[in-house]
Amino acid sequence: MNFKFILKAISVALVSFSLTLISAVSFAATDVRIMWYGDGDKENVPIAAQIDEFNAANPDINVILDIVPYDAIMNTLPIQLAAGEGPDIARVTDLGGLNKYYADITPYVADPSYYEKSFGPFLNWYRKPGDTTSIHGFHSTMTVTGPYVNKTLFEQAGVDLLGPGATWEEWAAVSIEVAEKTGTPIPMAWDRSGHRVSGPAISMGAKYFDSSGDPKLVDDGLKAMTQMLYDWHQAGTMSKDLWGSVSGSKYHAPNDWWNAAEVVFMMSGSWQIGRFANEVGDDFDWWAVPAPCGPAACTGMPGGNALLAFNANPAVGKVMDYLSSKEQLSSFIGQVLAIPGHLDLQVDYQTDDPNAKHALNTFAGAVPTIDQVAFDLQAHVDNRIMFNAIISRLGQAIVGEMTMEEAWERMDEDVEKQLKEKYGG
Amino acid sequence: MENIRNQIKNFFLRILNIPFAFLMHAIDLIMWPIQKIIGVRNMPYIFLLPNLIFFGLFVIIPLGANFFFSLSSGDELLFAERELPTTKQYDQLFDCESYLNPNTCTEDFFWRGVYNTIFFVVFQVGLMIFFSVLTAVILNKKIIGRGFFRSVFFFPVLLSPVVVGLIWQWILLKNGAFNAIIESYGGDKVSFLTDPSWAMASVIFVSIWAHMGFYTLIVLAGLQAIPPNLYEAAEMDGTSRERIFFRITLPLLMPNLLVVFILASIKGVQTFDEIYVLTGGGPGTSTSLIVQYIFTTGFASSGSVQNFGLAAAASMVLGVVLLFLTLMQLYFSRNKESKHQEI
Repeated sequence: MNFKFILKAISVALVSFSLTLISAVSFAATDVRIMWYGDGDKENVPIAAQIDEFNAANPDINVILDIVPYDAIMNTLPIQLAAGEGPDIARVTDLGGLNKYYADITPYVADPSYYEKSFGPFLNWYRKPGDTTSIHGFHSTMTVTGPYVNKTLFEQAGVDLLGPGATWEEWAAVSIEVAEKTGTPIPMAWDRSGHRVSGPAISMGAKYFDSSGDPKLVDDGLKAMTQMLYDWHQAGTMSKDLWGSVSGSKYHAPNDWWNAAEVVFMMSGSWQIGRFANEVGDDFDWWAVPAPCGPAACTGMPGGNALLAFNANPAVGKVMDYLSSKEQLSSFIGQVLAIPGHLDLQVDYQTDDPNAKHALNTFAGAVPTIDQVAFDLQAHVDNRIMFNAIISRLGQAIVGEMTMEEAWERMDEDVEKQLKEKYGG
Repeated sequence: MENIRNQIKNFFLRILNIPFAFLMHAIDLIMWPIQKIIGVRNMPYIFLLPNLIFFGLFVIIPLGANFFFSLSSGDELLFAERELPTTKQYDQLFDCESYLNPNTCTEDFFWRGVYNTIFFVVFQVGLMIFFSVLTAVILNKKIIGRGFFRSVFFFPVLLSPVVVGLIWQWILLKNGAFNAIIESYGGDKVSFLTDPSWAMASVIFVSIWAHMGFYTLIVLAGLQAIPPNLYEAAEMDGTSRERIFFRITLPLLMPNLLVVFILASIKGVQTFDEIYVLTGGGPGTSTSLIVQYIFTTGFASSGSVQNFGLAAAASMVLGVVLLFLTLMQLYFSRNKESKHQEI
């Protein structure tokens, strides 16, 4: 074996290896990573099935679904994006807050006009101020905040449910009555969230913005609603155990109390329908009721979650086209029992539960009654700053760390401080 | 027979020796030229280098980055996009009408965190030392199942803080195990975690439960190091038990107690995870400590502006406190060593 022969053998081996590598790279599928939070298996199983179906039909694209807790979407995703990392697509609820990271997928989707026609009003919620054309994604589900009642407890107490037009004070009064008659420990429970407080506050007259459209949080309407919440906590209408179990702006929902039939009236939203249908089952009848009224309106807050792109490329466009198609969205919404964010979608809801069906009708019927201030607030890029200021300061006042006067003062200061940090000045 | 066994053993040792010899020669190939260049006296630095590189990469550089973050503002993460330099964050942290009233401070959450941390550390460390000494004294006696009890007291130290938080949450919740027992005896439920007057006491108790085993072990080691002839002499003199404890045991335990005090204080100031799981810092901010403030301000703003600069400034303040405590520990431990050498 001479030296030349060894050199030839090495050269042949290197060329073969390089060719193998090149062909492997050429035929490798493009990865598209989706960061997804779901409300348990109810949402995770349908989306995973859709992704599997997509991967099978598109061997050139490999969609990786990372199912994460909601906290990761709220707290980890922004850090990843700020560091220049992050997924290609994520399911997001802070729709305007992350808009500087969204990618415009218009060149990569098959029919941009489909997005405009199907999700038109929501697309502006994702866009930067002044931008009216970019497409960043689509509304996965639309949500409306509103209350549920334990109908069985009302029947046991012999108290009639209130109809449309009933005020917050009237609902609180009947909830207390039912709780007293049935020995239920908690008349009223709310999700611990500034977003949940905002619909009722707008009903009481809160405007959230000054005449020039800049955030101005505290006014008489907001004061009226937050004072009412404070009073309910002091009087025992709402339990301090719920809002007191966390601090700052941390979200907390009273589902455990609700599922155990320890709550008469629960303020939450349409996203709970599927969960209640699964978790409450036949234990008791639950109904969604129309948003209670204040002097200014009878409104909940709109909202929802959207699948939004952080990278724009043909593979991302194809995945978005697939998931936003009428067929896939209809199937998804029908399984998760949600309100579609698509403006023209026929959904065949996969449930026999009369409570769930009634709730879906109630929340879908509430959409046209949503106040314009609520839509404007939801569409505002800095709405989370206002929501967080409300809930953290109200929480402190409720446990006695400050007076309501101090809390209102702090709410405005918090908003001002955060906006200054964000925009300078 | 013995001879054959030794021959087999030697044979395998020789086989095993081949890769080691090969490895040593390979290392020699690298080390020899280095030693030639820098000399034998400087070779220890070469052996320390890998450790120093990792230390620099994961401690010194982040520390420096943290310092620069504390002197910058804006909601961007990358340095190039941040406003720099500014002392705005420190001004904001220390902007108070009265430091004794957090409500008068611009960053009232920070000052609430400071006061809560001071309260937590004072009571947690004080009680921890008391119970550690008590437990160690008992475990130092010849009681039945001494080994078992030593393990039992040490076991919580092995648990993750998140597990500790979750276990005690299930026990202390309003519908938890402890309230079920209270109710079964006809008592009213107590809001251990959601009543501001109970919450801090609950987290101090849980923290002591979780960490006491470690400090008990240190005190126990100190107790066992006390020469038994001192006790024998005291007993022969008819000294009472209390007097023996306060005049012999406690003074001779002092160096260990000092170590326990400083280590527990450092750990106490850094406490975050188990409280975050247990109460989330609530109700209100009654169990929110400084580290939670840093975490929330920088990383868990739930949609608000992520103020990395302010979080970095607060962590620099915390760093100064920890540095002071660490220097104290170094001073006292060296003092102790020199005293031992004198003896």
